[in-house]
Amino acid sequence: MGYANFLYMKEELSLVAVIVILLLYDIFGSQKSLRYFQPVACVLLLVHTLVNLLPSGEAVAFGGMYHNTPIGNIVKSILSFGTLLVFMQAGNWLQSEKIIIRRGEFYVVTLSTLLGMYFMISAGHFLMYFIGIELASIPTATLVAYDKYRNKSAEAAAKYILSAVFASGLSLYGLSLIYGTTGSLYFTDVPAKLDGSPIQLMAFAFFFVGLGFKLSLVPFHQWTPDTYEGAPTSVTAYLSVISKGSAAFVLMALLFKVFAPLVKEWQAILYGIIILTITLANIFAIRQQNIKRFFAYSSISQAGYIMLGVIGGNALGMTGLVYYVLVYMLSNLAAFGVISIVEHRSGKVTIDDYNGLYATNPRLSVVMMLALFSLAGIPPFAGFFSKFFIFAAAAEQGFYVLVFIALLNTIISLYYYLRIVKAMFINKSDAPIAGFTSDAYTRVSLLVCSLGILLLGIASCVYENIGRFSFGM
Amino acid sequence: MEIHMEYYLVISTIMFFAGIYGFITRRNLLAILISIELILNSVDMNFVVFNRYLFPEQMEGLFFSLFAIGISACETAVAIAIIINIYRNIRNIQAKNLNQLKD
Repeated sequence: MGYANFLYMKEELSLVAVIVILLLYDIFGSQKSLRYFQPVACVLLLVHTLVNLLPSGEAVAFGGMYHNTPIGNIVKSILSFGTLLVFMQAGNWLQSEKIIIRRGEFYVVTLSTLLGMYFMISAGHFLMYFIGIELASIPTATLVAYDKYRNKSAEAAAKYILSAVFASGLSLYGLSLIYGTTGSLYFTDVPAKLDGSPIQLMAFAFFFVGLGFKLSLVPFHQWTPDTYEGAPTSVTAYLSVISKGSAAFVLMALLFKVFAPLVKEWQAILYGIIILTITLANIFAIRQQNIKRFFAYSSISQAGYIMLGVIGGNALGMTGLVYYVLVYMLSNLAAFGVISIVEHRSGKVTIDDYNGLYATNPRLSVVMMLALFSLAGIPPFAGFFSKFFIFAAAAEQGFYVLVFIALLNTIISLYYYLRIVKAMFINKSDAPIAGFTSDAYTRVSLLVCSLGILLLGIASCVYENIGRFSFGM
Repeated sequence: MEIHMEYYLVISTIMFFAGIYGFITRRNLLAILISIELILNSVDMNFVVFNRYLFPEQMEGLFFSLFAIGISACETAVAIAIIINIYRNIRNIQAKNLNQLKD
């Protein structure tokens, strides 16, 4: 034991450095210099992402509390890249009148939640995992409440924090029972003592609620549409991709490593939850009018698809899941980039407002179309390949019925994704959203997302590189 | 006089389910928050009792409950800040008035 242990956690250290620099800049920077907050934050985060891009070796530090894996490194890089895109899209909103005085806090708080996700991903002990998940979810509530003069924002935050704390309470109760029956909380020690006794099954069910809540799987999804609608659009984008992606990976790692002896039980639970999640979310998504609410239900059903990578318990599933998270992140951020800029310039958020968008803003419409096609899984785009890999992983383990139901749901989802495309390209409108030019940051981020959607599926090196580091049960 | 572990566990289980019951039935946001605190406190009790009676040679449960207490304090602080914000906006903290966002 010594300070040398810190060298293993270089990603966390460099992120802490970025947070401290931004915090000091926010406190001590003069009003004039604070105008450059967005570029500074973006550059620092970009440097942080690039420095940690290459996966390092497997390392265990602090007596097993911290456990770094190469696949965890990849997920962390994906998450910090996604955060960078969110930062680029958030600039417009942070320049608005009532927010501008607090703009620095947004970056600092968002990066703290990212730090929490890092700890969650690299945890080797349930205490570390618990601190990580709370560090990831408590500041998120403050982000949701960021527009504090808007009542909807406060309401969304109240719903989020109360359900988050409730879910983490249930999860902790499950953990306490696991501790009581196994006598340890280390990920390496727990599996040997898990024997599937009724109390352990109950403990696992309680524990599952905590992550199910963060992933917004169906029985625990009620907060999602309300919070997504009420939160500022950039925060919604962050919640729907970064927070969800990290939770999906952590859930998978925990099920593979810690709860491996209970594999029959958790597969049965997941089987039901996946069917419920995908189907119910699709049915609800069809009747939504508000576009943020629509994407909330869409993200719930995508979470169901992500879980298909977990249920097989194989290395193929892990690769598929990480790849799916990457592609889903780019598609969803492209969509939210468009929603965010449209909302900022015109204040319109319902699907009918998008009627005739192609006539006035052709490029934005095309980006939105790419994102929706990718989310629906139409062939040349990356979304098709990610869905294909994740279905293949589940089918390899013999879950044919489940994959068939998921496929049927893909067709339903195609209907409601195309509804927006139809609104933009075919529907006529008397008063379409006026044409506008976006700022450079939004344009670059949308360009990166579109390139990713177009190229990630064709460039097989990404998938293969993720595949080299994945492991099964 | 020796107090058995079961007595503690009975109390913590009652606290836990009382918390869940309160979370579902209370109408006031602060009362909901208090119910959640009951859940979190029952968890702390569980950890300490398991540690003291079953695994006294290690301190894992004690430390977990210390951290859990600290983190639940953070959660409460943020939740109360948000509730105050709601009070400023609508002059009321009844859950039934949080009805702007719905299907």
